[in-house]
Amino acid sequence: MEHEVRVPITSDADLVPARAEGRSLAQALGFSQTDATLIATAISEIARNIVVHARSGEIVMTGIQQPHRYGLVIVASDAGPGIPEIDTALERGHTSRRSLGLGLPGARRLMDEFEVETDAAKGTTVTMTKWRPRDELERLRARRRERA
Amino acid sequence: MNQENQSNEDPSPQVPEVDRSLLHELVAYLRDNRTELREEWVARITQAQLLEVMTPEEIFSEVTAVYDNYVDALETGSIETLQAYARDLSERIIPRGVETHEVLGIVLLLRDVLARALFVEYQRDADLLNRILDAYEPAANRIAVTVSVSFVEERERVIREQQEAIRELSTPVLQVRDRLLILPIIGVLDSARARQLTEQLLGAIQANRAKVVVIDITGVATIDLTVANHLVQTVEAARLMGASAIITGLSSKIAQTLVDLGVDLSMMRTVGDLQGGLEEAERLIGHRPAAKGSRPDAAAT
Amino acid sequence: MSVAILRQGDYLIASIQVDLSDSQVLELRDDLSERIGRARARGLIIDVAALDVIDSFVARSLGSIAITARLRGAETVITGIEPDVAIAMVQFDLDLAPLRTALDLDEALSLLDRLTQGVGEDGA
Repeated sequence: MEHEVRVPITSDADLVPARAEGRSLAQALGFSQTDATLIATAISEIARNIVVHARSGEIVMTGIQQPHRYGLVIVASDAGPGIPEIDTALERGHTSRRSLGLGLPGARRLMDEFEVETDAAKGTTVTMTKWRPRDELERLRARRRERA
Repeated sequence: MNQENQSNEDPSPQVPEVDRSLLHELVAYLRDNRTELREEWVARITQAQLLEVMTPEEIFSEVTAVYDNYVDALETGSIETLQAYARDLSERIIPRGVETHEVLGIVLLLRDVLARALFVEYQRDADLLNRILDAYEPAANRIAVTVSVSFVEERERVIREQQEAIRELSTPVLQVRDRLLILPIIGVLDSARARQLTEQLLGAIQANRAKVVVIDITGVATIDLTVANHLVQTVEAARLMGASAIITGLSSKIAQTLVDLGVDLSMMRTVGDLQGGLEEAERLIGHRPAAKGSRPDAAAT
Repeated sequence: MSVAILRQGDYLIASIQVDLSDSQVLELRDDLSERIGRARARGLIIDVAALDVIDSFVARSLGSIAITARLRGAETVITGIEPDVAIAMVQFDLDLAPLRTALDLDEALSLLDRLTQGVGEDGA
């Protein structure tokens, strides 16, 4: 079961569908209401990052399934100027000191895995993942759904 | 034989002596032709698209055991052995995702395959065939029921275990008075549980329109940085929902840990014991004395 | 209409109806600033129950609205923050303490009454 959703990010108006798609995909994957909100919030942060710093980019959300857990992988990429001093930018406390803030530290705290590749020439790619465990009862239900 | 119907035991098969010997004969036939009958059964299983979660090797191994147990049960009429086997089988296959209709399906297919085989073998004599089937059918049906019921019971057990596990993770949030909640936390607090407590607490604040929450950690022995941060975040999140949080029961050991960890306690109200915390909570709800000057407003909202 | 703004006595109640884009949030701030002045409002309630997501920008903007409102003589109370939204909000490194909050409209009105009648408050 691979769900993939792509959302182009070209203006701040695109954050609204990006959040909605993220929440919707999270719910389809069976994440709790709270986790769905955390995911949508993290998407909002990194999508804004694209708009503010790179003007345009894309967010790709993919649901993945492993034997004992489900995951939602979000990849946000842009061809912008890159994020200077990425290590400090990811530190806690950094957001509040800059007037615009990069939102990355917050997004990182909301997700389970978080990686940034950034380069002045190639732009920035943020890959973040949230997991939830599968239990036996779910596996039973999943088989039933697949047959229906 | 005196029959008393107990819930898990069937009465012995009401098979007259002469047909008992027929039972033995057909059982011998089924054992002699074990290999090809089993193969035919597997073919029918595959055709019906059952047990698709299992590999061919797994299916072979299970059907061999089922076949032998089936024939044994036909012979002895003993339910206990069959039930034990069926429970064991269920325990193995439920995590694989095998469903009730599949289990019932394969047992019925086996019953059919064997019935047909008996028909072919004994059709030379219509009267004999009838008596063979009279011996076979009730036994075969009882087997089908036993295996299916065992499977369903095992599934229900798994489901109940899951629900129990979920319940164990839940901690009651108690409504003490109007607008006042207490969350007593007892035992080991890890990150997952802390997160769950936060969600439950916030949900309770919303449902009860609570204005003050007393979080009592008297029963918590130790705390680490992650959990301490969860606690701070919980207090902040409660405030965002319009509720004040008071932490009570902070042992000196935990207080020291928090200080050492550099956790900012300045924004948290802490009171030594639960009683003191409740009094503080009442004060917050009932009236809000001004910092200076005005007298307390006695009427609660 | 993405935000419904009503007047109740000395107070303005802004009820956000849909998820807002960043531009809409900034427009709201300007709009409220102007209306508070015009109405000489003493209190502002912002109901964010329709927002499934309150990220760092929106949270900061709410704070900014509160500051602007106070400059124009009105105290601000935010209501309608859902549990999961609250959990998300506290993950950011923002100082949310200045934001006054209440569980619902009734509570918000009571709080504003207390704030604007000159009785000190005990900080919720």
